[in-house]
Amino acid sequence: MRFESPQTTKDAVALLAGAKGKGRVLAGGTDLLVQMKSGMAAPDVIVDIKRIPAMKSIKAEKDGMRVGAAVASAEMAEHAALAKGWPGVVEAADLIGSTQIQGRATLAGNLCNGSPAADSVPAMAAIGAKARVVGPKKRRDVLVEKIVTGPGKISLAKDELIESILLPKRPPRSGDAYLRFIPRTEMDIAVAGAAVSLTLDTKGVCTDARVIIGAVGPRIIDVKDGAKALIGTKVDKAALKAMEAACSAAATPIDDKRGTKEFRKHVVGVLARRAGQIALKRAKGSK
Amino acid sequence: MSLQTETETKRSFNQIGTRPVRPDGIDKVTGRARFGADMEMPGMLHGLVLRSPHPHAKVKSIDISRAAKLAGVKAIVTRDDFKMPKDKDLVDICANIMARDKVLYDGHAVAAVAATTKAIAREALKRIKVEYEILPHVTDVDEAMKPGAPILHKGMRTGGMDTKPRKDSNVVKRYKFGHGDVEKGFKQADIVIERSFKTAATHQGYIEPHACLASIGPDGQGDLWVCTQGHYMVRNVCAGLLGLDVSQLRVTASEIGGGFGGKTTVFIEPLALALSRKANRPVKMVMSRDEVFRATGPTSSTSMDVKIGATKDGRITAAHAELRFQGGAFAGSPVSMGAMTAFACYDLKNVQSIGYDVVTNRPKQAAYRAPGAPMAAFAVESVIDELASKLGMDGLEFRILNAAGEGTKSSYGPTFGPIGLKTTLEKAKSHAHNKAKLGKNQGRGIACGFWFNFAGNTCVSLNLQLDGTIALSVGTPDIGGSRASMSLMAAEELGVPYDKVRTIVADTASLGYNDVTDGSRTTFAAGLATIEAARDAIGKMCGRAAKVWGIPADAVKWENGYAKPAGPNAGAFKPMSMAEIAAIAHKTGGPIAGHYEINADGAGVSFATHIVDSEVDPETGRVTILRYTVLQDAGKAIHPDYVEGQYQGGAVQGIGWAINEEYIYGEDGRLQNAGFLDYRIPVASDLPMIDTVILEIPNPGHPYGVRGVGETSIVPPLAAIANSVSNAAGVRLTELPMSPPKVLKAIGEHNRA
Repeated sequence: MRFESPQTTKDAVALLAGAKGKGRVLAGGTDLLVQMKSGMAAPDVIVDIKRIPAMKSIKAEKDGMRVGAAVASAEMAEHAALAKGWPGVVEAADLIGSTQIQGRATLAGNLCNGSPAADSVPAMAAIGAKARVVGPKKRRDVLVEKIVTGPGKISLAKDELIESILLPKRPPRSGDAYLRFIPRTEMDIAVAGAAVSLTLDTKGVCTDARVIIGAVGPRIIDVKDGAKALIGTKVDKAALKAMEAACSAAATPIDDKRGTKEFRKHVVGVLARRAGQIALKRAKGSK
Repeated sequence: MSLQTETETKRSFNQIGTRPVRPDGIDKVTGRARFGADMEMPGMLHGLVLRSPHPHAKVKSIDISRAAKLAGVKAIVTRDDFKMPKDKDLVDICANIMARDKVLYDGHAVAAVAATTKAIAREALKRIKVEYEILPHVTDVDEAMKPGAPILHKGMRTGGMDTKPRKDSNVVKRYKFGHGDVEKGFKQADIVIERSFKTAATHQGYIEPHACLASIGPDGQGDLWVCTQGHYMVRNVCAGLLGLDVSQLRVTASEIGGGFGGKTTVFIEPLALALSRKANRPVKMVMSRDEVFRATGPTSSTSMDVKIGATKDGRITAAHAELRFQGGAFAGSPVSMGAMTAFACYDLKNVQSIGYDVVTNRPKQAAYRAPGAPMAAFAVESVIDELASKLGMDGLEFRILNAAGEGTKSSYGPTFGPIGLKTTLEKAKSHAHNKAKLGKNQGRGIACGFWFNFAGNTCVSLNLQLDGTIALSVGTPDIGGSRASMSLMAAEELGVPYDKVRTIVADTASLGYNDVTDGSRTTFAAGLATIEAARDAIGKMCGRAAKVWGIPADAVKWENGYAKPAGPNAGAFKPMSMAEIAAIAHKTGGPIAGHYEINADGAGVSFATHIVDSEVDPETGRVTILRYTVLQDAGKAIHPDYVEGQYQGGAVQGIGWAINEEYIYGEDGRLQNAGFLDYRIPVASDLPMIDTVILEIPNPGHPYGVRGVGETSIVPPLAAIANSVSNAAGVRLTELPMSPPKVLKAIGEHNRA
């Protein structure tokens, strides 16, 4: 096994492209190292991206905020502008694992691990976050929901990696929120998760909304009926109830050791309604 | 000199009851303490175990030839390397540490390899070819009892039945306890409640996995360093399994990162010794967490029926329980102790408890803190709670009215001496927690619990050093701060400061046999032996002073660390300190040491009452524990920090057991959650601060009045939490764990009904 710490994205891509056998990107390592320890992964080349300056920074751009692929959840939580502008994404990243894990875990890593239960992915998808994917010849910006194709599977080529994630600038009077269900208070994996992003007009009527649920299917689910239930309303009790029902109906969970089908379908609706209430409050508070 | 041998209930203490820093504290917080996996030796090999992926299968053949050829592989052992021992007590242990003709559970060991590196050992495991013939399996206790269930052991016939069974069965034995006429008692009742309960198997969840380092030389002399609750037990069992003389094997106990009963047997230790003997090199073995879950000893899963009747004015007229515990692949579930403890809190005229010990295709259970009692208490105290509420009585009042006291004939036979149950109930009643207001979706639960406590074989040695300080050797591994308690008791008795005594856990060659640190016995039994060894040394020191002064030994008394003339008639001599006596010991007869050996009795039973507040989210079934108070009789708290620690630890493990912890088996009989991610022990943020109240009703069996405290604290939590959650949810929950899907389902069904 080879371990490399390149200084530039270009070098990192070259290492992946030239890897004999399987190459894996190491950001926080909170998934990769666990997989290696348990024998699930045995990469031939490990490319550590934490020495690449572009991957370690949070930068304001014209279109929003760009978060480097090696930025840890804890760094995001401590970034005032990020926490203020995209509270749903930041709180989702801040739920991953435990305090120690949050010191290492990253948005890009959470995304590329491809877990249906990833906490930050529904939150990112809800606000339309885009991943910047870099390969040997070109770079492309891809909506995060296009990255994961199935449990543990992603659409990146062998010689591609994510350099950063753009959290697009929020329209006025917007709010987002993410909630997940776990039996414990931390150090756990979502049994169900729901992210809601919404925008209000000056009269308090919802003009745009996205509702994304996680851990209740092989991939995250964009609940269009849930969003429709909110748009055109003042996000009142009835609208939220309808959105809840849409989420429960859209969920396609399995029975497993973490929860029953019946339980997950019910709870994901409850979470979506509660996240909707928080997003509404945030939208009303934002300028 | 005068030694007081009666219970000193009125004695005032100088050091007992204080809270000095534990002697192992700094090493543990700085990482210097050496645990099981911290031992290294030159030339050391790494041992790994190949485990069965099947819950039940015939092992038709094991081909190790390809593994043996791998460079770096120094030894491989299989069932052929272990002869079935003649000692009946070792037969099941032998078949558990290495499968014989059949594997009986997912994780059962089939071979072990020692190699120069872990990577080579891992590769060698892949090269061992095992041919299995898969058999039908059963993991549920009720299923295993049904006629037609897959039979684990050919020839196993249920013991303890009225008529001799004619068919093989997975039921090892039936146990029966009680007195009076239960049928008659139920007829006298105005109200009878009968309910069925289930609990999942849970693991002790010790953070340190099993680990050991074994070394046997060509001369047959062996050494073993191991993380265990009882190194004398490890020595005896391993010597038996390997055919060694007991004295040829010296076992040293490492520091221990939790045991809770789970480290009172052997798993990898005999394998490491067998590999070392075969390779003629030291062999280290460390279990992975996956192995700890799959192949060590969780506690039983259970199925229970409880029926209790009472009169309108709240007197219990009859109580009956049938308990069914599966204890994994071999006999010995703690159902007998469950049946004995089930009704021990109550003064009953008519009581019967029946227990069935059942085998299933799961790892053999090991002790887990008050084995069997928490589950039985869960079932009984749930029914007690429901009875009280149906009678319109306060739960504490109802319990006080029926509580066992001094002179009560217990449900399991003996008549109680002075006990503290009623005191814990009365104190619970007046505790601020019991009067605090509850909010929406919140509920309060109460339960009491009982544990026998054990005493057993103990041998300690106390050496007076040249400078007058003390080296105390005990043979009971310190799993809860016992070295601090031993030092305190020796210091108290000798009249010297605490830090003048250093207590160590000596190896098996240094002391006579000591029973395992279990049964909440150590502070009681090793403490008693420490006090007596100190008194033995005091007697000798008084004798030396008498010799110097030229007066009879009985004219010398011991006071506050000094030998003094007993009275004016003895003569006027300047008192001699321990340091002075030690300094001239070589002139007065040589080194001075105190010893004590005993198979102790009189441990003194103990009771506790717990109060719990919880909140249930009615939309998700999630339970939050809001407030928790433990009230327990300690007899006498030697070091209150460690008594409180035991109280809090019992409550915390109980919270995990009640709410989230469970062994989950798939249809294929494989354990699905062999790790701390999906086997959910509570994390710190799940818990409120656990409030403790230490009550001291002295145990006449101990010189200072000590009762064991380590186990009683885990008896009430399952019931107390279930009562609390049932009150919060508005529906009675009868199955553990009360995980969110189960609670939500119960609320849903209740709302629809």
